Amino acid sequence: MNLDTVIFIVSAVVAVFGATMMIAQRNPVASVLYLILSLVAQAVCYVQLSALFLGAILVVVYAGAIMVLFLFVIMLLNLRGSEDLGQPPKALSRFTKYTIGILMTLELVFIIKGAPLKAMATGLIGKAPDGFGSVEQVARLMFTDYLYPFELTGVLLLIAVVGAVVVAKSRKPGDPEETQTEETAGTNTNEAGS
Amino acid sequence: MVPISAYLILAAVLFGIGTVGVLISRNVIVMFMSIELMLNAANMVLIAFSRALSIADGHVIVFLVLTVAAAEAAVGLGLIIMIYRNRATINIDRFSLLKW
Repeated sequence: MNLDTVIFIVSAVVAVFGATMMIAQRNPVASVLYLILSLVAQAVCYVQLSALFLGAILVVVYAGAIMVLFLFVIMLLNLRGSEDLGQPPKALSRFTKYTIGILMTLELVFIIKGAPLKAMATGLIGKAPDGFGSVEQVARLMFTDYLYPFELTGVLLLIAVVGAVVVAKSRKPGDPEETQTEETAGTNTNEAGS
Repeated sequence: MVPISAYLILAAVLFGIGTVGVLISRNVIVMFMSIELMLNAANMVLIAFSRALSIADGHVIVFLVLTVAAAEAAVGLGLIIMIYRNRATINIDRFSLLKW
C-alpha cells in the first residue's frame, strides 16, 4: 500500500463521513460545516487526479463562497435546528426512502464494477502528461474550443444575479406591483421601508 | 496508483448519499445542499475519466458545472428567502402548494 492509496482512502472516508453527517444533522449550520469538510476531502481527490486548478476552484468557490452564502441565508432566517419540523403526513416512510437511496447506490456500484472500461482493464491509471490539468491547459481549452459555452456561462451568471435580486427583493405585502410603473413601485417600496 | 473505478465508486456513494438526503430531509436548505453534493459527485466522475483518457475537456465541463451550481445556489436561496418570508417555515412538507 503506497502513499497514493493511503491518501485516497483517507480522503474518501472523510468525504463520505462529511456527506453522511450533513444529512444526519438537525442543525443546518452543522450541516453546512460538514458539507465543507466533505468538499475539501473531494478537492484532495481532484488533486490526486491531477486536476490541480479545479481542486483549488472547488475549495475557493464552493467551500469558500457558495457555502458562505448558505450560512448567510441560514443566519438571515435565524434557524436553530428546532425549527418547525414536526411530523406531517408523508407519502413515503423513512425506511422506504433509505431503501431507495441504498438500492440506487448499490446499482451504480455494480454498474461501475461490471463496466468494460479500457482504463479499468489495466486497473491503474498511467502517468499524466506534463502540465495536465494546469491552469494553462484548462484556460487554453476554455478560450478556444469552449469559447461560446464560456461566454454563455457569463450571460447565465448575469441572469442569475438579476433573478436573485428580483426574487429576494422585499415588497409590501399585497402591493399590486404589476399595474404600476417602475417609478411608483420604487416610491412605494421606499415608503414601506421608512 | 489508485484505479479509476475507486474514484467512480466514491462518486456513486456520494451521489447515493445526496439522493438519500434529498429524500429524507425536511429542511429545504439541507435538501438544497444534498443537490450540490450530487452535482459534485458527477463532477468527480468527469474528472476521473478526464484523467484516465488524458483529455482535459472534462475539466472545462466541470468548470461550467461549478458556475451553473453557483448561479443555482444564488437563485435557489433567493427563492427560499421569499418562501420563508411568506410562510415563516422552511419545512419542505409545508410547501405543497403546487402538489395537486
